[in-house]
Amino acid sequence: MTVEIKTTAVEPIRQNFGTVARRFGADKAVSRYQEASFDLQAQDNFHYRPVWDPEREIYDRRRTAVQMADWEVFKDPRQFYYASYCIQRARMQEAAEKSFDFVEKNQLIGLMAEPVRQRAEALLPLRHAEWAANQHNCFVTAYGFGSSITQGAMYAATDRLAIAQYLSRIGLLLDGSSGRALDAAKRQWLEDTAWQPLRRLCEDLLVRKDWFELLVAQDLVIDGLLHPLAFGRPAGTLAEPGAATLAMLTEFIEDWFPENRKWVDACVAAAAGESAANRALIACWVKDWSARAVAAIAPLVPLLQGEAGAALWDQAQAAWQARIAKLGLAPA
Amino acid sequence: MNAPKIQSTVFMALQVNEDTRPIIEALTRDNPEAVVNRYPGMVKVDAPLRLVLKRATVEELIGSDWDLQSFNLNLISLSGNVDETDDELVLQWNR
Repeated sequence: MTVEIKTTAVEPIRQNFGTVARRFGADKAVSRYQEASFDLQAQDNFHYRPVWDPEREIYDRRRTAVQMADWEVFKDPRQFYYASYCIQRARMQEAAEKSFDFVEKNQLIGLMAEPVRQRAEALLPLRHAEWAANQHNCFVTAYGFGSSITQGAMYAATDRLAIAQYLSRIGLLLDGSSGRALDAAKRQWLEDTAWQPLRRLCEDLLVRKDWFELLVAQDLVIDGLLHPLAFGRPAGTLAEPGAATLAMLTEFIEDWFPENRKWVDACVAAAAGESAANRALIACWVKDWSARAVAAIAPLVPLLQGEAGAALWDQAQAAWQARIAKLGLAPA
Repeated sequence: MNAPKIQSTVFMALQVNEDTRPIIEALTRDNPEAVVNRYPGMVKVDAPLRLVLKRATVEELIGSDWDLQSFNLNLISLSGNVDETDDELVLQWNR
């Protein structure tokens, strides 16, 4: 007797949800990212208007001056939905934890040359700026319209909290977990003349109400100028004792920035590509906020990067200008 | 006397899951002659003579970096001589 093993395939009647089929055409299998990211925003038939904003619906397209015919066109080039985002960040976090453990176990902080230590300490007040960035991205998530863009903003918000926490942990490594370095950093953030323009910029943004403007001002302008300066490394500086240690501790942040930039650029490009009015509006925001950001960051250059700072700051600004030109948002 | 016709088909059989979806799409994109056979829990991609899996295509589809060797995690079987670099994996019969 022979036994023949057979398989029977059962074809599902439908491959996908109606919303997915309508957006991506045909009833075909799509990626989890597409399934989990688009057309999940409640669009109409709202009940009462919110007491905190009785002029508008609870979810409303009019909370930004940017206008889109379709608010679900914002694609994330990284294709992050909850699972893929968590998996990716878990990998990065695992590597970062290893680095922190290694530095602590081998007491590498004690081997840091004084200029490197100063550079590390100068990064600490940035944790307050990162927390502001977290708040701004939370605002975008809360008041934004369209599930694909607000999803990305929530991930960015969480990332910023992570960055603030990693900066805090660098501080705790530097001061032997006494918290003194963090207290000193907070005093600098609140009182030092050099930090006040940046603090003021962050705080001014906390009261802006247009969520897309916040996205442009924080994620495109401030990050685009500040991150390459603060976490960039002038050529040759890695040879200093302890510089590699600091590089290990900030690697999460350095890896995060170019990845997040892809998402920011995609969002801004999609909105600017929608209409000439959007483009003009966003270009105007870029112009205004970049003028303020450049003025706010300039006094921090020697603090963050010492003597090599000026050259790095020039590079950062040039790279940022090129990025803005590529997005078609450079001032005419 | 005619030599018997040699079967030159190569194939790659993969599990069906979220990880292999972009791999299968990359295979169909880079190998127009490939035939995708779907079974419960498995997808078998047959191709006459040659089948190539390119890292760049998968990376474009998933929007992030991808290690070519990670396709082994979901690989059920393959046939053909393997020629693998960091950038692409080629299946064909070396004769």
